[in-house]
Amino acid sequence: MRRNENNPIIDLISSLVAPFIMLFGLYVIFHGHYSPGGGFQGGTLLAASVILLRLSLGSELGQSQFPRRLGTPLASLGVLIYYGTGLAALILGGAFLNYGFIPFSALAPLRRSWGILSVEIGVGLAVMAVLVAIYDDLLEGEPDA
Amino acid sequence: MKAANVLVLVAFCGLLIYAATGFPNRGDALSVTNRESSPAGTPNAPTHYIRRAKEEAHTDNMVTAILADYRGYDTLGEETVILTAGLICYLLLRRERSGHEKE
Repeated sequence: MRRNENNPIIDLISSLVAPFIMLFGLYVIFHGHYSPGGGFQGGTLLAASVILLRLSLGSELGQSQFPRRLGTPLASLGVLIYYGTGLAALILGGAFLNYGFIPFSALAPLRRSWGILSVEIGVGLAVMAVLVAIYDDLLEGEPDA
Repeated sequence: MKAANVLVLVAFCGLLIYAATGFPNRGDALSVTNRESSPAGTPNAPTHYIRRAKEEAHTDNMVTAILADYRGYDTLGEETVILTAGLICYLLLRRERSGHEKE
């Protein structure tokens, strides 16, 4: 993003607000069991905080928080977490994505709860990384990006 | 031609609004989708989810339990679609730059 001038107010406010957006994103992911939310919504909030800093501070300073090269690998890692959870259930004797067979806990219903959480973490990671990666891709080659 | 377009648009709007009046009210206990069993007599899936989601998945939020557990394959596919979209953006938008570097 092209910056015409340094505006300390925008820099300060966005740096103050971004951590809270990120915290709220994590809350939405991890509290999805009890309130509206989940991986997709939380991942979008995390990406919003990263992109807010890139918009206000410029992409170069924004790189120090979330480097550009991490985008695609983290997205793949998120999808791998999902597939890995499913495969772990398959290897441990159940059907694909049957979380009841993954030994997170002794009780079967609790195992399903933990399985849902691990899947949601994977979704959140992938959504965040893909959104930031698309933003970076669009800015690729832009002068003063 | 423009008048015909507007006419078709208005007619289509009218058709959609007419169709929308046929929907059951929200929370209508007697509508087919909200009944305990389908017209054929088999149990409806939502009945099972509402009754059993809490005990089976130990998750208070029924929507999360359905999305990530009962319908896990669907969410897996959605996530794969998102990754594919990201990879395609990567392929389409980054290729140009590496070409410039080689020149």
